[in-house]
Amino acid sequence: MATAREPEEDEEEEVKLIKTWSSPYALRAVWALKLKGIPYESIDEDLTHKSDILLHHNPVHKKVPVLLHHGRSICESLVIIEYIEETWSQNPPRLLPQDPLQRAETRFWAKFVDDKALPAIWQAFSKEGKEQEQGLSETAEHLRLLEAELKKKKKRLFFGGEEIGIVDIALGWMVNLVPLFERILGVKILDEEHHPALLKWRQRMSDVDVVKENWPPRDKLVAKWTAIRERCVGKAAANE
Amino acid sequence: MADEVILLDKWVSPFGMRVRIALAEKGIKYEYRDEDLRNKGELLLKMNPVHKKIPVLIHNGKPVCESNIIVQYVDEVWHDKAPLLPSDPYLRAQARFWADFVDKKIYDTGRKLWTTKGDEQKSATEEFIGYLKTLEAELGDKPYYGGEKMNYVDVTMIPFYSWFHTYEASGNFSIESHCPKLMAWAKRCMQHESVSKTLPEPEKNYEFVLQMKKRLGIE
Repeated sequence: MATAREPEEDEEEEVKLIKTWSSPYALRAVWALKLKGIPYESIDEDLTHKSDILLHHNPVHKKVPVLLHHGRSICESLVIIEYIEETWSQNPPRLLPQDPLQRAETRFWAKFVDDKALPAIWQAFSKEGKEQEQGLSETAEHLRLLEAELKKKKKRLFFGGEEIGIVDIALGWMVNLVPLFERILGVKILDEEHHPALLKWRQRMSDVDVVKENWPPRDKLVAKWTAIRERCVGKAAANE
Repeated sequence: MADEVILLDKWVSPFGMRVRIALAEKGIKYEYRDEDLRNKGELLLKMNPVHKKIPVLIHNGKPVCESNIIVQYVDEVWHDKAPLLPSDPYLRAQARFWADFVDKKIYDTGRKLWTTKGDEQKSATEEFIGYLKTLEAELGDKPYYGGEKMNYVDVTMIPFYSWFHTYEASGNFSIESHCPKLMAWAKRCMQHESVSKTLPEPEKNYEFVLQMKKRLGIE
């Protein structure tokens, strides 16, 4: 394990974020930094030609996002968010509750998003036929659970309570990518009948300034995800 | 008021072992319940309705699920004894990163070793050894991932030591020959009562897996 190296004099509070323009994981780190009002420098990557900086600072996974603070790297988006929360604990909003039991529940749902919700929706998006159906039905089940979780507390505006928390940040991709996937796939994933609370939550998230102001450019996203879908479908056709 | 701590678990689960080790390190008294996973009990289904899996820690009637989350919870509630996570945020982030690495890579790839054959098994074996080597490199010359003492990462990874024999027998390879330092680390951890009393005998693990393979129709 790395030891707590003393920062060099000129590094000070320097915060940098290695990201890409479209990564929903990197966007989580952007939101966390901006919500807490932490200035940072963006280092934008082209993942088809990974930079030395990225490979040096994330040799294990070689992925974005990577947070650099005092020249030291922190990797994995949810780990980064907890680091931001602990390092700048005096900056609102609180991204995780203080009570240990509530923290555990919060971490549970953030993990659920990454371990279950994302892989299922990726399966629905990247596959066809029975595999896609399975992805869609698993996604439906996950959304049912998230809807129920959101409805548990009456005055709950976000998963984090009255303000955005780590679960909202983790689930933020649902706000802009789900409508995009629905359009590309020609299926409905979120609907008023089954997901009234999630749809209200989505609107509230869209209205948060930090979220509103930091979406990747829509046209570029549409083009990128359409191309991904075509490649996935094309690959399947080529393998038959 | 005395704490009531119940652990719903399965003796062979490396995830459950993490929690047992953490509780033992902190000297927390609890009631252990070995669950029948083929016939899941009402309490398990009620306390973990989302995943229906063990381990589940029930503390004064409230459930905590997912092993790494439980270990962090135990560390936060019973923070005065045997701290598992460092207090420095950067070191905490490193610990969480490596625990996440173990979670993402070791169990699933390890499982492929005893559920697949031929080329698939060969490539899973290579992948698995690669991950162990990465972990070994991270350990370096330290006695434990936590430095002089076991920490969150040690607790997350050491349960898989009881599965090493199963992996080796299935994939027909020797972990010691590839990762001698990691094996030395594992034996060091085993000198702790919290670990040696928790981990089952490797042979028992292997027997369990062979029975499970028979049942699942895997050769």
